[in-house]
Amino acid sequence: MSLWSRIINVVRGDRLNREVDEELESHIEEAMEQGRDPAEARRAFGSALRHREASRDAKLIMWLESLLADSIFGLRQLKKSRITSAAAILSLALAIGACISAFRLVDALLLRPLPVARADRLYVASRQGLSFNGIPGTFDGTEYPLFQLMRDTVKDQAELIAVSWAQRVDLTYASDQETEKAYLQYVSGHMFGMFGLQPALGRLLTENDDLKPGAHPYAVLSRDYWTSRFGQDPKVIGRTFRMGTGLYEIVGVVEAPFTGTEPGTVTDIFLPTMMHEGVTHADWSWIRTLVQLKPGVAAEPAREKLQANFRSFQEERAKGFTGIPKQKIQNFLNQRIVLEPAAAGASDLQKDNRPSLTALAILVVLVLLIACANVANLMTAQAAARAREMALRISIGAGRSRLMQLVLIESAWIALLAAAFGWLFAWWSAPFVVSRINPPANPARVSLPADWRVLGFALALTLAVTFLFGLIPALRASAIKPANALKGGEDPHSRRRLMHALIAVQVAFCFLVLFVAALFVTTFDRLSHQSTGFSAERLLTLDTVTKSPQASAFWDQVADQLRTVPGVEKVAVAGWPLLDGNGWNGFVSANGAPPSPVLAYFLSVSPGWAETMKIPLVGGRDFLATDTSPGAAIVNEAFAKAYFNGENPLGKSFEKTSHQTRFLIVGVVSDARYRNMREPITPTAYVPFHAINASKSLTQQDQATFIVRTISPDPLALASTLRQEIPRARPEFRVSRIRTQLEINQSHTVRERLLAMLGLFFAVVALLLAGVGLYGVLHYSVVQRRREISIRIAVGAQARSIARLITVEVFPMVLIGGVAGLGLGMASVRYIETLFYEVKATDLAMLAFPSLTLLAVALFAALPAVIRAVRTDPAAMLRAE
Amino acid sequence: MPKPDSLQGSLDLLVLKILSRRPRLHGYAIMSAIQDMSSEVLRVEEGSLYPALHRMEEAGWIRAEWITKDTGRRARMYQLTAAGKKQLGAEESRWQALTSAVNRVLRMA
Repeated sequence: MSLWSRIINVVRGDRLNREVDEELESHIEEAMEQGRDPAEARRAFGSALRHREASRDAKLIMWLESLLADSIFGLRQLKKSRITSAAAILSLALAIGACISAFRLVDALLLRPLPVARADRLYVASRQGLSFNGIPGTFDGTEYPLFQLMRDTVKDQAELIAVSWAQRVDLTYASDQETEKAYLQYVSGHMFGMFGLQPALGRLLTENDDLKPGAHPYAVLSRDYWTSRFGQDPKVIGRTFRMGTGLYEIVGVVEAPFTGTEPGTVTDIFLPTMMHEGVTHADWSWIRTLVQLKPGVAAEPAREKLQANFRSFQEERAKGFTGIPKQKIQNFLNQRIVLEPAAAGASDLQKDNRPSLTALAILVVLVLLIACANVANLMTAQAAARAREMALRISIGAGRSRLMQLVLIESAWIALLAAAFGWLFAWWSAPFVVSRINPPANPARVSLPADWRVLGFALALTLAVTFLFGLIPALRASAIKPANALKGGEDPHSRRRLMHALIAVQVAFCFLVLFVAALFVTTFDRLSHQSTGFSAERLLTLDTVTKSPQASAFWDQVADQLRTVPGVEKVAVAGWPLLDGNGWNGFVSANGAPPSPVLAYFLSVSPGWAETMKIPLVGGRDFLATDTSPGAAIVNEAFAKAYFNGENPLGKSFEKTSHQTRFLIVGVVSDARYRNMREPITPTAYVPFHAINASKSLTQQDQATFIVRTISPDPLALASTLRQEIPRARPEFRVSRIRTQLEINQSHTVRERLLAMLGLFFAVVALLLAGVGLYGVLHYSVVQRRREISIRIAVGAQARSIARLITVEVFPMVLIGGVAGLGLGMASVRYIETLFYEVKATDLAMLAFPSLTLLAVALFAALPAVIRAVRTDPAAMLRAE
Repeated sequence: MPKPDSLQGSLDLLVLKILSRRPRLHGYAIMSAIQDMSSEVLRVEEGSLYPALHRMEEAGWIRAEWITKDTGRRARMYQLTAAGKKQLGAEESRWQALTSAVNRVLRMA
């Protein structure tokens, strides 16, 4: 109570004074009533001021009051040198804002625990080893029958939960015509119970909703979806929606903030795993296995049990493999189960962005350090101007600690104001970056709450920054020797030495930022100019679904109808567009040889597809309407190289080993990119869209993509016409998604674009800060040495030697910093090598760019100070002194 | 804050004692009471009374409240708290010990 009142009294010092005065007045009045002489009574009292002081001391906490006084003084000091303060605050604000922003992203995507019970005991079971392609890595997919096996085995140690990847699906509510998109996740019925989730409305799924395949058509909505799609209508319970051929009933809404287990995607609808047709397939891996360890259970014993299950399951599966090379099967069997912590959930977005976010976070920290060095330099220069004031303070009895407090509080003000602006910057920039993580058609949704975690980080950062740039000036201020300073003879070199060291640090970090940014920009440049082997211009892709599988003749009919639309140049049908992420692969054997270890990729296409895509036919012919799959195939040149030693494959045949189907090669096309922009071109076989089954009858398809090349340069202009034209041709057909091929291509460089953009931004900021820092230091040294310069000029020094005098101390620092930055860059770059494409850190151009840029900026920053020094008018200067 | 010396120690004791007999007094009344009861021997300086009062208030031994007098002017009335009563006991026995020790020295010497 007493402590509190004393703290309160600090802030209401005025009121306190008034109360003490009033009490004294009332005392004097009382005295006069008792008949004492007013003058005598007042005299007896002595100085009112002394009373106030004595009473105040009793009522206040001294250090708190001094803190308050110093704060006010510090703020005034900042106001006095407005431009310096603004420069310091703004540069720091940018850096702190970028830091907070980066933290918000990293936290939301990678660190923040899922809002579920016992998130800290949550793991995801991944398999680690060589993939079919022979590439080492981890894969977190599981087959459902394996999941069931594992769940039973570790029942005593852990509870296993199956969750599918969040997928974007087409569904319809009331009217059958309007389809809409929603993010859907198949989850184990018992997940809601295990996670301790509560319904906001209706009920959640339970174990009983997840017993028999296809028997539980019940859906739970997320609160977010319930709000945005239904405006929180309580009558949503009992409504149905159609997805594919199934009809589902909404039974409940799960309470916020749970929106699925994949940071980066907000799941709208949860269905029981049993409603997925994959539950009975031992060769479909479509779920993640989340492992919730029971209290007191260690991860390793549970993992060993899972491993045993996994191994026997894999062995069983391998028995069914035909036509797969032995080594591949061994790789497959050698995979092992690992338990990776999944308190923050598990998603591909996390996996894909972990390295790039980490790289960005490091860049941001570097920029912050540069800004801190900058502000420290500004403060040091300012402290020099205030050396006399500090000396005076010491002379009249201020303690060293009080002086340190004074300077540190000033630093704290700068940091605090910068953090406030930085917070605003982070408010805007974090969502901006999130919106650019994924392609615009499929935006990442990350909830970015500004809660105690972010606030705590910001405060800790502010404190750290305060000490980072404030401690050295504070220590220097407190170490002032009053006698020297008042004489004006404080050793100027020591101060400059510190500032020069800070310049070296700044240059080193700046070099590092520039270096990494240049690598990112080059990567993006190389990747986006990577040849795809086809022409994406004027190309529109229409992903189309049918209510029930349709004969391929009907698909042709729709394509024919589209050809009649004005503005359409060419139309073809394909299983899916190139580069859209879909893939169909298998092992092949050519000329009856054993299957090759190289995976081949397949895509079903209609006649005229290569022409529509503008992929040149190198030899042979295009498909005819009578060609079927299996039967005929057109292969790319990489295919010929991989399986026919580069010989002309025309007229030869190959066997797709998994189903022992034969294909005769009727044509060869030049290479085109199938899966992504980074890999080497995959050996690819295009097969006819008309497929036949084992009994030689034509099969039916329920989804494919129409590829349309338009006449006008903007293909999207035709989008709505084509969307309407398709159901008009055959009412069972519906367009589920329209994209331009260009958009699909660009989605492969989204991450690189983001990294290049942010890298460039940070590089500019770092350069600017380093430039300002250098300018400030040179300017300070010119001001400080103006007497010396005047004398030198007066005795006839040349402009060149003056310029040398000013810069000779700094440029070695720039050089040292540059070399140190280069060393740092070389050492650190291999940790982010995976983010680069066709660019090496040791490329001469990559080293030349940051060096030359830095040199140019250093020269530019030095220019004003040098000009000022050279133009010093010795007569005026010496007269003024 | 200056350390309470023995004189201030006795000032605290006197103030606490007076407030224990007569609750709710303002500063002037306390001063007059000490003067009257000691038959003008003990005079309290205004300069030490108020800082002492404020210090004791902060220490929680006495409690103060503002009242409005008939003249319309406000006055600050002090009274003893429970902690103050305890403190008074301690101060009294400390004073007893001190004076008896001083007396013993006077007798022996």
